[in-house]
Amino acid sequence: MNCEQASILLHAMIDGELDAENAREVEAHVATCAKCATELRDMQRMRKAIDPAVLRYDAPSGLRRSIEGKLPAPASAVASRRAMLRGFALGAAASALAATGLLMIVTRKDEDQRILDQVVSAHLRSLQGEHLTDVVSSDQHTVKPWFNGRLDASPPVMDLTAQGFTLLGARIDYVDAKPVAAIVYRRRVHVINLFCEPAPNSGERTASVQSLHGFNVRSWGEKGINLWAVSDISADELGDFGEKFAAALRQ
Amino acid sequence: MAGGTELGDGGKAARFKQLALPHLDDIYTLARYLMRSASDADDAVQECYLRAFRHFDTFRGGPIKPWLMAILRNVCHAAFSANARLVYGASLSQDDAADPVWRETNETPEQAVVRRDESDTMRRLIGELPPEFREVIVLREINDLSYRDIAVVIEAPIGTVMSRLARARGMLRDAWVAAEGGSEPL
Repeated sequence: MNCEQASILLHAMIDGELDAENAREVEAHVATCAKCATELRDMQRMRKAIDPAVLRYDAPSGLRRSIEGKLPAPASAVASRRAMLRGFALGAAASALAATGLLMIVTRKDEDQRILDQVVSAHLRSLQGEHLTDVVSSDQHTVKPWFNGRLDASPPVMDLTAQGFTLLGARIDYVDAKPVAAIVYRRRVHVINLFCEPAPNSGERTASVQSLHGFNVRSWGEKGINLWAVSDISADELGDFGEKFAAALRQ
Repeated sequence: MAGGTELGDGGKAARFKQLALPHLDDIYTLARYLMRSASDADDAVQECYLRAFRHFDTFRGGPIKPWLMAILRNVCHAAFSANARLVYGASLSQDDAADPVWRETNETPEQAVVRRDESDTMRRLIGELPPEFREVIVLREINDLSYRDIAVVIEAPIGTVMSRLARARGMLRDAWVAAEGGSEPL
């Protein structure tokens, strides 16, 4: 391999896009070529200076509303969504609304949609106050026993640190007026609330991802548990989280 | 993605919203780097979603994000060719930068300031790259797309993605070294 090839392929290597054989060849070249070794080190240092969490932009809420308003809305959801958005337009008052449960009076025929509102509201509440966690620990063997005596069933608490999701702790929250376990994870600077409700009589539910007020909600059911993961991370990443959690649960 | 009917009538609009709206922040981020101002980015993203919805029937499945980004890119290009007022060369202001509300706590305020400064510099330098190099940097480093997805967005072979990204990083590195004033030589 010559320098010209290596200078391009080393980028694919640091991006994890190069197959093992080519990666070995690039490494072999870099080991014997001072110029390409410097290039590789430069690029790795520069990438560290690029912090995607800071360089990203969040879409303004007005833009989201405007797009939603211009797309044809399914009849059943229009009125209630507008009512919700009016609530959020109150800005600072929104937290008070959420705290009093006023968001819950929005009438919805669709049970799933109602639950979706509630888990997103619970997620918002958890971020607003200092009540993100009742028990703070990154150790699943500390978090899981904490629920004993607080809930009828002990929820699954999985350590996913190795998979890129740090366990922060847990708390009791309420969904549909029933106490549920909220297990809290962190992904970079984003919080993920995982709500778990025992549902011994319900079967497996395939995962679906929905979006509400800029938050993604992935809901699914397995092993007699209903689960909702809520976060502002992308739908893809939240799906990844759900799959990692489900995989840990099946082990 | 399973369960496309939760939003009610299971119609095209509901399905489109469910698939496309979760990517709004990503699409908006790309628009901010491709367009000159926040309001131009707003307009482009809006046009992108409306256009995507009109052509939703032609979406062949798979990940929707690259498909949306390819549409956004076309919208941005059209805006530049239609309007001579717009100059490709985003001057991204620093004060309205996205700042996540929640941050790791093991960072001192001083470290946070330094990190913000570095990121402001980096944002400006990326914004000053020529468009065909700027877009691959944003797609790879900020939107975290795979080479295959970048190829879909910029409608070019993967080989082009690789060579362009290599050149883009080289240009960014040179600009970065110049901006740091040699205080931290690479």
